[in-house]
Amino acid sequence: MLAHYPYFIAAWVFLCGLYGIVRSRHLVHTVISLAILQTSTYILLLAIGFRKGGYAPIFADIHPGVVTVDPVVQALMLTDVVVEATVVALLLAMVVKAYEKGGTTSPDDLRYMRG
Amino acid sequence: MTERHRLLLFLAGACGLAVLYLAGIRNLPPWGQYRGPYGDVIAQLAVFQRHATDTVNAITYDYRGFDTLGEEFILFSAVTGVMLLLRPEDGQTSRAGGEKNPASFRDRAALSETVQVLASGVFGFSVLFGVYIGTHGQLTPGGGFQGGVIIAAAPMLLYIAENTEAFRRIVSHPVTEALEAAGAAAYALIGLAALACGAPFLTNVLPLGRTGDVLSSGTIALISACVGVEVAAAFLLLIWEYLREILARAGNAEA
Amino acid sequence: MMILGVGLLALIGVSALVIVRTDDVTNQLLGLSFYGLLFALMFFLFQAPDVALSQITVGAIALPLMIMLAITRMKYHSESTHQNKAAPPAREARHD
Repeated sequence: MLAHYPYFIAAWVFLCGLYGIVRSRHLVHTVISLAILQTSTYILLLAIGFRKGGYAPIFADIHPGVVTVDPVVQALMLTDVVVEATVVALLLAMVVKAYEKGGTTSPDDLRYMRG
Repeated sequence: MTERHRLLLFLAGACGLAVLYLAGIRNLPPWGQYRGPYGDVIAQLAVFQRHATDTVNAITYDYRGFDTLGEEFILFSAVTGVMLLLRPEDGQTSRAGGEKNPASFRDRAALSETVQVLASGVFGFSVLFGVYIGTHGQLTPGGGFQGGVIIAAAPMLLYIAENTEAFRRIVSHPVTEALEAAGAAAYALIGLAALACGAPFLTNVLPLGRTGDVLSSGTIALISACVGVEVAAAFLLLIWEYLREILARAGNAEA
Repeated sequence: MMILGVGLLALIGVSALVIVRTDDVTNQLLGLSFYGLLFALMFFLFQAPDVALSQITVGAIALPLMIMLAITRMKYHSESTHQNKAAPPAREARHD
């Protein structure tokens, strides 16, 4: 059970974020739930690359032969963090514009675009 | 679709996801026993091949430099999208600062003088720290992106210290937009320069230097600096796009 | 060290549920800032200092800052449209 414990936490955080998106009544709450959903991938990647007793993969003061954790998934996580900030910025601009044009922040009441 | 139906659909999807997920993670390595070969190979080779002691940044800007190029252009296009969405339309008083002088704008609860003096003083140290983190990316944890965001967060200290005029002059200057475009273009041009030397795109063609120096590891330090410039300018533009309308309206409401 | 990691992951799971169940948007964004700091601590504990620096700058500074600016801008917009109720803007006629 402990062997797969972080993977369960990652799935739990993913489902929490999705639940927040489904049940939200304010568009900014939807965006924040999306940000939480994106953080579940950090937990998954970090847990895959972790090695017990391993050092950080920075060889400024340790010898390159020492056992370290995986640096490749850390590079993936760096990109992931940047993309999260970018997506939230763009979505917030859309929320602000939708509020200024439609007058409401509830996703159910934004129906001013009829066909 | 009512809320109850939405919730039932979500629960059905969550159960399906749980079943597939449990079937999928049975073959993942147990927590703490990483067994894959790539991480060990790169961790042992990166110091000797690239003279860079920070393996994560060597992967980000050299071994997988193409992915980071895509990520920088994601940031660039998102900032362009935000500037397009939040552009001032006719009928809105959104010229920078408006006709009134925004330097006298006070929020509902003014901060104490201690906070204002300290925030103005820490601004210089913040920029210096951001430049340090950005230029030492190939040696210690840090790199262009982290340094860029620290530099971008520093003018907010000026805004908090009620020095709105200085904040507006730094952030809304046209040089900020030019720096963002220059940073993104420089990354692509460094990759093209490798093509001009006869090597594949984004190969490390500069001299590698001595391990442990600041000027080492070839194009990694250069790309890191370009990314830092672009990220700092991008986040400053994002903050300014959201803040411009607030400053204009509050400046008009003040008088 | 693993005990601390296990406890931190459990705290992250609980925080995620608390944030999505909060009603007020400003309270949520403070919770998101705390959540980002928890992640930075977790990255530091699991030997990932580069990602910890990224997460501190983005998840605890840039992200709550942008969300707070968006909320304040919407609040200022609603206040100014309440002030301009005597002269309705010309954009309203196109919505039908």
